[in-house]
Amino acid sequence: MNPTRKRRLAIVISVIAAAIVAVGLTVFALQRNMNYLFTPSQVQQGQATQYGSFRLGGMVKAGSIQRAKDSLKVSFIVVDDQGAMPVEYTGILPDLFRDNQSVIATGRMDDARFIASEVLAKHDENYMPKELKDAMAKAHENRKIDDKGMGDQAMTDKATAPGTPK
Amino acid sequence: MIPELGQFALVLALLLALVQGVLPILGAWRGNAALMAVARPAAAGQAVFVFLAMGVLIHAFLVYDFSVAYVADNSNLALPWYYRITAVWGAHEGSMLLWVFILNVWSLALAVLSRHLPTPFVSRVLGVLGLIGVGFLAFILFTSNPFLRELPMPSDGGDLNPVLQDPGMTFHPPVLYMGYVGFSVAFAFSIAALLGGELEQAWVRWARPWTNVSWAFLTMGIVAGSWWAYAELGWGGWWFWDPVENASFMPWLVGVALIHAQAVTEKRGSLPAWTVLLSLFAFSLSLLGTFLVRSGVLTSVHAFASDPRRGLYILGFLIVVIGGSLLLYAIRAPRVATGKPFAALSRETGIMIANLLFTTAAAMVLLGTLFPLIGDALNLGRISVGPPYFSFLFIALMAPAVLLLPFGPYLRWGSAEGRQLTTLALRAGIAAVICAIVAAFVAQGHLRAIAGIAGAVWVAAGTLSYILKRWREMPRGRRYPAEMAGMLVAHTGVAIFIIGVMLSESLSVERDVRMAPGDTQAIGGYVFRFDGVHETQGPNWRADEGTVTIQRDGTTMATVKPQKRTYSRGQVQTESAIDAGLFRDIYVALGEPMQATDVEGAWALRLYYKPFVRWIWLGGLFMMLGGFLAAGERRFRAKKAAATAAVPAKESLA
Repeated sequence: MNPTRKRRLAIVISVIAAAIVAVGLTVFALQRNMNYLFTPSQVQQGQATQYGSFRLGGMVKAGSIQRAKDSLKVSFIVVDDQGAMPVEYTGILPDLFRDNQSVIATGRMDDARFIASEVLAKHDENYMPKELKDAMAKAHENRKIDDKGMGDQAMTDKATAPGTPK
Repeated sequence: MIPELGQFALVLALLLALVQGVLPILGAWRGNAALMAVARPAAAGQAVFVFLAMGVLIHAFLVYDFSVAYVADNSNLALPWYYRITAVWGAHEGSMLLWVFILNVWSLALAVLSRHLPTPFVSRVLGVLGLIGVGFLAFILFTSNPFLRELPMPSDGGDLNPVLQDPGMTFHPPVLYMGYVGFSVAFAFSIAALLGGELEQAWVRWARPWTNVSWAFLTMGIVAGSWWAYAELGWGGWWFWDPVENASFMPWLVGVALIHAQAVTEKRGSLPAWTVLLSLFAFSLSLLGTFLVRSGVLTSVHAFASDPRRGLYILGFLIVVIGGSLLLYAIRAPRVATGKPFAALSRETGIMIANLLFTTAAAMVLLGTLFPLIGDALNLGRISVGPPYFSFLFIALMAPAVLLLPFGPYLRWGSAEGRQLTTLALRAGIAAVICAIVAAFVAQGHLRAIAGIAGAVWVAAGTLSYILKRWREMPRGRRYPAEMAGMLVAHTGVAIFIIGVMLSESLSVERDVRMAPGDTQAIGGYVFRFDGVHETQGPNWRADEGTVTIQRDGTTMATVKPQKRTYSRGQVQTESAIDAGLFRDIYVALGEPMQATDVEGAWALRLYYKPFVRWIWLGGLFMMLGGFLAAGERRFRAKKAAATAAVPAKESLA
């Protein structure tokens, strides 16, 4: 082979090698960091069992928020219209977290409870995140989810428990 | 009546933009000087009417004209005047107007500062900018008119989103847009070069200062946004890999690649096709950013608009722009771009590798950002990609870039020698290892902090070594031309940024605690005493204001007053309190009262100790400064000076 061809071959081989490494790393990183969203009834049907960590979306049941007396531990119940899931969280909740607010919690199951490491709430009380609305609609086809306020502002409010891996 | 004037101005601006977009390009094609001469007056006219519309909207906000729906939605009687001005871009319609406004600022600047360029070329550049203006003005007029009336007129308006009521928000969007929209100039230059089909490389030299300035503005905008998120959102973080942050970050990454590629093409004539392609990508990603933020397809902190009609329009616009420009590229690039070859060990290769790393990083961010849409389309369920994906891949891609960085200036154009590089690697390497060992004693066991120090010292030592080399070898006055000074400042910024990120990420102490009045907490060598909460008032909010005294070794360092504000429409907003310092920030935010009825009692508090966190933004500011400095290079101006000298001569003849 003449030097020009040799060099071209070297370039082509190194580009292909770099591409393989890049794709491999990307697939690896994607697989480990994909978060699925489920509603309480979907979790109770067992759809989430194969995932260690996932996101739970629904409404905060009115009157279900309970605080511990001496720590930042708080527990509440997230509901959709057929299921309910007790959630435990330690830390500061977002500003707009309250009864009947739609929330998305990230975390894992521990027995029948969901241990959240992060809780998101939406800024407008009429607003329901599109993906949450879709997921809830999928969970129960026959019931229409109110989509009033879909055109409104959607500001996410977020709280992360201390010590959550970044 | 006045708001209708604004709308009328926009219609006229649209017509002028059409003229500016069509006639000069036709003129340049047919060689018709009269048609080409339309470009500048049309651009000026469009700018006048867009500025007028902007003025009308600002006026409507200042005089509380709640008959305008947009004003009624985003301001009220209690909102202070400065936030009424920033409310102009507080939501979708006004943001779009701001976009067009800034496009016209750029077009006007180009029209004024391009006297030295050949007329057909300027006509094409201004024509392309005109076409972009058409796209956005039509978007505003047909889908998101800020001047729509609301009748009957409400007696008081709603409120500007409380998160936006912050000094940081006054300049974050305009500056960010200066960067976003600035890439449209680089884009227009590339399209003009492709349309012209000239083999001339000079256009890259003309485009360079514009690209550098837009990139510097984009850097400033991102820094401001990051600082604002840190100070305002009450989570104490500075970057969240949120879709909208990513939207501004992708053009930035491609912009980094672009300003380096332009240097190669301008100085050496190599990689011209790649440079053109990058400028198409940079602008396409800016548009995609607008699309992501404004269409609401991705739920995010910033997603103001969720009207699918708008999304559809921008999607169509995006397809036309990206598809059209890539098609043009495919047809014309082989003719326009024949690059010069270079040796395997040369500055060109170094920049090429760095370019690949940065564009791959942008592609990785794009994949992660759009993954929810891809997952949706493939019926994989409702997926989102977590921040660890981005952090992991970003560090993996940037580590080699950081490793390569000190070599850049030492690599010779065309073909470099290995000897100097080994000396440099030894010097910088030894400095990095020594500092890492010292750091290992101070920051025990914090591997990321140690790695950060090593990386930063590696970059800083390499850069410093080059500064000294120039000082020794070059005669006074020719040591650091603006372009090189810019490069050195920006590279120093990288070192500062690495220190900020790695040290604050690894050494921060973040604690959420429950505190009753009088309680103390010790964090990072500081003692925090919570002195209770009392109520206070602002122009359009009331707040629970906490008092926290920060002490060190028994002496009081600072007293901070974090707030929990409730705005007039009932939105709640956390105002964190920060005791800032060059080497550490102390960050205090109020969580919630432990019993809703007892505000005077115990509260949940966030107490953060964040060492070196300011260096993150300081590094960003250095990079920005580097961008501005480099744009001031005399080579970029020399020709212009000659041309302006020639023009008066000609005029005096005429």
